[in-house]
Amino acid sequence: MKKGGRKFSALVVDDDQVIRNFEEKLLARFELETKVVKNGEEALKLFREGYTFDVVVMDMEMPVKNGPEWYGGTCRPLVQATRALRAMGVDCMIVGVTSRGDGPEKAELEAAGLNCCWEKPLNDKIVRTILDELAKKSS
Amino acid sequence: MERQAAYLRNALFDQGYLDEQFLQLEDLQDETNPHFVEEVVKLFYTDSVRLIQSIELTLKNTPRDFEKLDKIMHQFKGSSTSIGAKKVKKECTQFQEYCNVGNVEGCIREFQEVKQEHAALKRKLENYFQVFHVVHVACKRSSLSHLHNDYSDAK
Repeated sequence: MKKGGRKFSALVVDDDQVIRNFEEKLLARFELETKVVKNGEEALKLFREGYTFDVVVMDMEMPVKNGPEWYGGTCRPLVQATRALRAMGVDCMIVGVTSRGDGPEKAELEAAGLNCCWEKPLNDKIVRTILDELAKKSS
Repeated sequence: MERQAAYLRNALFDQGYLDEQFLQLEDLQDETNPHFVEEVVKLFYTDSVRLIQSIELTLKNTPRDFEKLDKIMHQFKGSSTSIGAKKVKKECTQFQEYCNVGNVEGCIREFQEVKQEHAALKRKLENYFQVFHVVHVACKRSSLSHLHNDYSDAK
C-alpha cells in the first residue's frame, strides 16, 4: 500500500529475535519498509537520529537489562517508551502487541499515547487493520 | 514423497502440535524465501536453548526467584507463540501459573513437560523439513528438466 507514491514505513521493537525476524518479514510482505530494534532505547535513538516511521509496533513487555528505569517485566517499559517517544514529538501511530490480554495497563498505555494494542502474535489481519488506519490518516 | 510431506504437515496440526500461526509463516514462504519457515524454526530452537538453560539455573537457586522465572518463561512463550508451537505454549502457560502461586514442585514438574514438548516438536519438524527438502529439490529438478527439454525442442 502506498502513500502518494511512497511506501509506508514501520519500526518493530521487540526483544525476541525470532519475533523480530517474523514481524519484519510479515510487514515487508505487506510492502512496509521495516526496521527492527531490540528495545525502547534503540527505538528512541533512531528517532533522535532523524528517522521517521508511519507506525511503531512494540512488544508489550520488554525489560532491558542494563537500565534500571526500564526493568520491570510488565508493560512499564512500554509505557515509558511510548511516553518518551511522544515527548520527543513523535506523532506517528504507535501500536502494542501483548500476550497478557486485557488489563489495567491498557488505560495507562492509552494515556501515555499508545494508539492501540493487540493480542500477540502479529498476523496479517492486524497488519491490514494498521494499513487501513494509515491510509485513512494520509487521505 | 509429496503426499508424505503433506501427511506429516497435516498431522502436526491434527495432533495439536501447531496452530494457525504456523500458517502465517508458511504464507511468508515463497520463491524469494523458499526456506523461510525452516529458518524461523531453526532460529527459535537456537535461541530457546539459552532461555531453557537460564530457567534451569534459576530453578536451582534458592530461594526461587519466581518473578525471574516468570519473566524468562514469558519470553520463551512469546517465541513459541510466534512459530505456532501450540503444545509448548500450553505448557509454558501452566508453568507461569505455578510461578504465580509460588509452587516449586509444580514449576519443576511442569518445566520437564515444557522441555519434552519442545524436544518432541523439534523432532517432528526436523522430520517434516527433511521430506520437504526432498520434495522441493525434486520439483526444482523436474521444472529445470522441462526447461531443458523446451530449449532442446526450440533448437
